[in-house]
Amino acid sequence: MSQAPAVAFQILQSVFVVLAAPLLVGWVNQCRAWLQNRSAPSLLLPYWTLAKLFHKEPVIARGASPLFRTTPYVLFGCMWLAAGIVPVLATGLPFAPAADIIALVGVFALARVFAALAAMDIGTPFGGLGARREMLIGFLAEPAMLMTLFTAAFISGSTQLTTIVDTLAHREFALYPSLAFAAVAFLMVLLAENARIPIDNPATHLELTMVHEAMILEYSARHLALIEWAAAIKLFAYMTIGIALFVPWGIAEGGDWRALPLAIGALLTKLALAGAGLSLLETLLAKLRLFLAPEFLSAAFLLGVLGMLTHFFIRG
Amino acid sequence: MNLVHAALSPVGGALVLALCWLAIAGASLVPAKNAAFARRFAFALGAVVSVGLAALGLESVWMPAQMLTLPLGLPDLPFHLRIDPLAGFFLMLLGSVSAGISVYAAGYFREEPSGRLALIACQYHVFLASMAFVLLADDAYLFMVSWETMALASYFLVITDHKQAATRSAGFIYLLIAHLGAIAILLCFGVLDGGRGDYSFDALRAARLQPAWATVAFLLAFFGFGAKAGILPLHAWLPEAHPAAPSPVSALMSGIMIKTAIYGMVRVIFDLIGNVRWEWGLAVVVIGAGTALFGILYALMQHDLKRLLAYSSVENIGIILLGLGMAMVFIGFGHPAAGTLGLIAALYHALNHAVFKSLLFLGAGSILHSSGLRNLNDMGGLIHRMPKTAFYFLIGALAISALPPLNGFVSEWLTFQTALQAPILQNGIVRSLLPLFAATLALAGALTAMCFVKVYGIAFLGQAREPAPPSRLPHAGDAGEMERYGMAWLAAGCFLLGLFPSSFLLILNRVAASLGGHGLSEQALADSGWLWLVPTAAEQASYSPLIFLVVIVAVTLLAFLLVRRFYHGRARLADPWDCGYPEQGPRMQDTADAFGQSIRHVFGPLYRMQRSLPGPDDVAPRYDLRIEDRHWYWLYLPVARAAEFVSSKIALLQQGRISIYLLYSFITLIALLVFVR
Repeated sequence: MSQAPAVAFQILQSVFVVLAAPLLVGWVNQCRAWLQNRSAPSLLLPYWTLAKLFHKEPVIARGASPLFRTTPYVLFGCMWLAAGIVPVLATGLPFAPAADIIALVGVFALARVFAALAAMDIGTPFGGLGARREMLIGFLAEPAMLMTLFTAAFISGSTQLTTIVDTLAHREFALYPSLAFAAVAFLMVLLAENARIPIDNPATHLELTMVHEAMILEYSARHLALIEWAAAIKLFAYMTIGIALFVPWGIAEGGDWRALPLAIGALLTKLALAGAGLSLLETLLAKLRLFLAPEFLSAAFLLGVLGMLTHFFIRG
Repeated sequence: MNLVHAALSPVGGALVLALCWLAIAGASLVPAKNAAFARRFAFALGAVVSVGLAALGLESVWMPAQMLTLPLGLPDLPFHLRIDPLAGFFLMLLGSVSAGISVYAAGYFREEPSGRLALIACQYHVFLASMAFVLLADDAYLFMVSWETMALASYFLVITDHKQAATRSAGFIYLLIAHLGAIAILLCFGVLDGGRGDYSFDALRAARLQPAWATVAFLLAFFGFGAKAGILPLHAWLPEAHPAAPSPVSALMSGIMIKTAIYGMVRVIFDLIGNVRWEWGLAVVVIGAGTALFGILYALMQHDLKRLLAYSSVENIGIILLGLGMAMVFIGFGHPAAGTLGLIAALYHALNHAVFKSLLFLGAGSILHSSGLRNLNDMGGLIHRMPKTAFYFLIGALAISALPPLNGFVSEWLTFQTALQAPILQNGIVRSLLPLFAATLALAGALTAMCFVKVYGIAFLGQAREPAPPSRLPHAGDAGEMERYGMAWLAAGCFLLGLFPSSFLLILNRVAASLGGHGLSEQALADSGWLWLVPTAAEQASYSPLIFLVVIVAVTLLAFLLVRRFYHGRARLADPWDCGYPEQGPRMQDTADAFGQSIRHVFGPLYRMQRSLPGPDDVAPRYDLRIEDRHWYWLYLPVARAAEFVSSKIALLQQGRISIYLLYSFITLIALLVFVR
């Protein structure tokens, strides 16, 4: 059997994620505007913003090293790679065996390290501050994320996302306590890793609180566009990881082309709900003080561990 | 003819090469004008010998064990040499890593005054040769002789700058802990021997011990080798001795010497004692997790670059012990395949750590060499002045942070995969404990990334942080040619070990099989190819760093080309954005201490901190912070005080009058006559 259809499906999925990611950001912004009684921006606004940024001429600080100019591309590449690992539309794609959940967490870590290094490159106080805060959040979020994923890995006896999703999608429908703990932990990690309220506020430039924005303060034009786009893909990837782990139904198994329309429909529905939920959370919650972030994330870590232990004790 | 044949076999060849190192050591001392041999040839020849040794080690992994008996040593105790896959693997580690370090050292020591240089070159090669003999030894006697030679040679290297009091005291602490460990190892061999008087490893291997005595032997070996490896709480010498030594020596000690302790643990516990018990494994895992977490948390607090790297070595020893301990747990419960995986993970990490930690120490050495700086708080912007060093250091930093597709990730991945085998264990508590240790490893890994973002960001990026006037920072140049070759060799190693893990998996599988008789499962080996790393079965877990690298490079390039094709590549240079506050200087950047502030906040109780904060109306505010290792206060100082107390009491015996000493002799004689008849 030739690999061509599977490879085509893989490429289609990656391109789909990259192109659809800003739409998700637009949808979350739109929902949040509705919830906050503002008139909503267009759903396509993120695309226009990206296009505008790409057309501009970047201003680069004197004393920037090559690392500064490479990083946006590396970030974009990392997130694109992540989009290839996560089973968004289908399982059993050819790239899946090359990287498992641990490697997926590794990709996100790689991106984070490069972002933090680039932030420190110019040598302004804000860059260092943002890098330090980002690494603080990262070192707590990463183990919590791994614990969540390990719970799923223990249930399915595999660290391959494809196998995990196939196993979880075929279990009888019931509430599994271990997965419930893991889901809450995962949600907390998602909020922290994607610079959302209550850990960070994507819409602020207030120096006392910003994390992600402080890191990218020196970036402009096409570099900024790539970083923003990468952030959108990251949010999309995290949401689809959550969907794949906790509500995997409807995915095209084994890269089956005939299941594609259903898979796209199911995915869009789930993402629309998840995006609406995210905006609701962001409206209801207030931003935490930075030093409450470790407590928030250690709670996530403990929930992840609890989920794993629950699985060991009650096999559920 | 026979002699030539013996010299060509791996064990004879290894012996000849180790003797070559000794010959280089001797030749370095020849009082020629300006120490010509030591300056021009010693290190280069040493590197050639290293490469040969690495090749021999690699060859002997695939061959059955070979032995050689030398007519040297004590009358009834000739020296036994043996090379088996385990020794071969560690010889490969020693040879391949020391090759890079020696090339670097050839450039690094070039401008030393001749007397000092001759001594360094001599001790350096004695050190290398003694490590080779530790790995080749097949009896307790030769092992202890080489072990002690190794400790002494490295001690003299540590106190190269013996005119500074701090260096002398660092050397003393090192020597003290090294000998405590050596005593424990000696006792361990004694327990294993059980009074039969045959100290060859074959005899020790054949001995069947009572479980209680086996546990005593395990504890002695773990303590003894742990002292050299730097496990908690015996790590105190590492952060003192590593910064004191010249950088290539720090690289040798941190990269290779502490791995000989890992070799000793594996040799004694898995090979000589045998019959591993899972309780021992649990002890090793607990200590390993503590060591890993403690090491990296203290590394984050350091601002002396070499001290920081030393603490990070403590962390990595912890990670190796996690793998080793898990292997013991699995083997103890009767799951050799999973145990093999743990052993492979541990040994893989030992090799990886040897490569990237040596690289980082050499990078730190180049910074020290060209700028005279070790304190991170004085550095900054080095990427502009030493771009090549910055590139190699970046590879080392990414590798140690366990980021794919470099080598640190592979061994941590394997350790995670070992922990994920936990469901097959019979004991419910151990089963749920192992994943918790995996969580510790995840935490330590993420903290490592933070630590090396700090190191790289503070030292190489940003702007120079106004160093004190005598500093050479503004005139710092890139590392010299030989130094760069040495670093490039090790950086290539980071890629090689990261991108082709399945080849090394096969080597390590052979090593593990030679120890316990069991290798990985058939399916794992069937599913692995040169492209795929499969520890158990393809549907359970697989990883392909090469595909990973190709895809990430391809999509990054594609993004770059698309942007250039559809938009433009113009850019304008300007001043950094100043947030409306134009008087920004380099001193407003984060310092190394500031970067660790959030960690101090979260893990405060773990540190012994003395802080003085300026008051609100202070005219000359000064913020002062001192962080010390808690172990000094609850362990080392009380022990030192107790030792001092005891010796002051014993000193009462010493009266200095001859009649008193004669009385002692008389009493002793009487006592002997009474009791020993």
